[in-house]
Amino acid sequence: MNGPQDLGGQMGFGPVAPEMDEPYFHAEWEKRALGVTLTAGAMGAWNIDESRHARESLHPADYYASSYYQIWIKALEVLLQRHGFITQSDLAAGKAVDPAATPKRVLKAADVPAVLAKGGPCDRPVATPASFQAGDRVRTKNFNPTGHTRLPRYARGKNGTIEAVRDGFVFPDSNAHGKGENPQWVYTVVFDGGEIWGEGADPTLVVSIDAWESYLEPA
Amino acid sequence: MSHDHDHDNELDPFAARVRALETILTQKGLIDPAAIDVIVDTYETKVGPRNGARVVARAWSDPAYADWLKRDATAAIASLGYTGRQGEHMQAVFNTEETHNLVVCTLCSCYPWSVLGLPPVWYKAPPYRSRAVIDPRGVLEEFGLTLPKDKKIRVWDSTTELRYLVVPMRPKGTEGWSEEQLADLVSRDAMIGTALAKQPE
Repeated sequence: MNGPQDLGGQMGFGPVAPEMDEPYFHAEWEKRALGVTLTAGAMGAWNIDESRHARESLHPADYYASSYYQIWIKALEVLLQRHGFITQSDLAAGKAVDPAATPKRVLKAADVPAVLAKGGPCDRPVATPASFQAGDRVRTKNFNPTGHTRLPRYARGKNGTIEAVRDGFVFPDSNAHGKGENPQWVYTVVFDGGEIWGEGADPTLVVSIDAWESYLEPA
Repeated sequence: MSHDHDHDNELDPFAARVRALETILTQKGLIDPAAIDVIVDTYETKVGPRNGARVVARAWSDPAYADWLKRDATAAIASLGYTGRQGEHMQAVFNTEETHNLVVCTLCSCYPWSVLGLPPVWYKAPPYRSRAVIDPRGVLEEFGLTLPKDKKIRVWDSTTELRYLVVPMRPKGTEGWSEEQLADLVSRDAMIGTALAKQPE
């Protein structure tokens, strides 16, 4: 979706302002926000693509006014309600009021190191061979889906070159919406800065994205 | 009134909101607060940019390892014990005399946790995510890094589940250094591409 998350090339946000010797957390609640998000995700009711889509579906004014951990928590409340784990009554009361759906699993402290060390690999076999090879010229699709996608607006309808064929990966555009993993080949596609940004582009700039096969057509 | 209660009353609204959510989920038996403690401890004390610095130092010291890192970064990094969440599918990109690499996630905040730990705030915030792809030189100057005008810049937008680690160039004057000494020259920002490796003193 053309949501607030799709930031590449947007203007007006000001300088980056890196913080020297930045701590991992700026408040105690950020620690709990990280942990609540990960432990709730470990229930197995949604996947990473659905959670990304919940974040980018926040109202743009809310998204831009929120820190990243705030974005996580606001989206988590949406996911927990969608999947029947909490209700508005629970949130209004600040305590458990209503019954909850049964999770697939509850992450116990003793299992955390193994779960974090394993991660969630999302490479998958693809039944068909890759349609493109390194060196092929391609054009990214020009589309504006209302659902989740990982093709940024700045890279739509652009001519580029396949630099590498990566692997088969879960397709987020369907997986975010409960429509299956539908794995596709992923490619690294490079674009000259001028192809993307046009007049005035930095002549020394090359930008790459990683793209699922259905984002691409032969140029 | 207990100290705890006093403290509760001082919580800012968002801290209260997070605490309420944790309370609700705990009361329903959906999460284990002790698991949250372990997660926080992991990313505060165990998983951080020191991991990535060791990978870079090994690559600087051992050409065979550097070659492996180029071909199969996930396996080469795992051989040093760094695996897992947000590092499942790694790529290492090497700075050269001709090209400087810079990593961003314009769409969210994808970041190689297994080698760099949790991302800094600026990496997740709109100024960096919006400008890294269109004005990387301007962004780098805000980090105090001015690249030569003819240096090529390659920006990697992490749009899929591949995660990128920049391998900076080894500073001159470090011949014969141990991997441990070399790792001290490799900052988190150097492995994102917003800095170079530190010069030996």
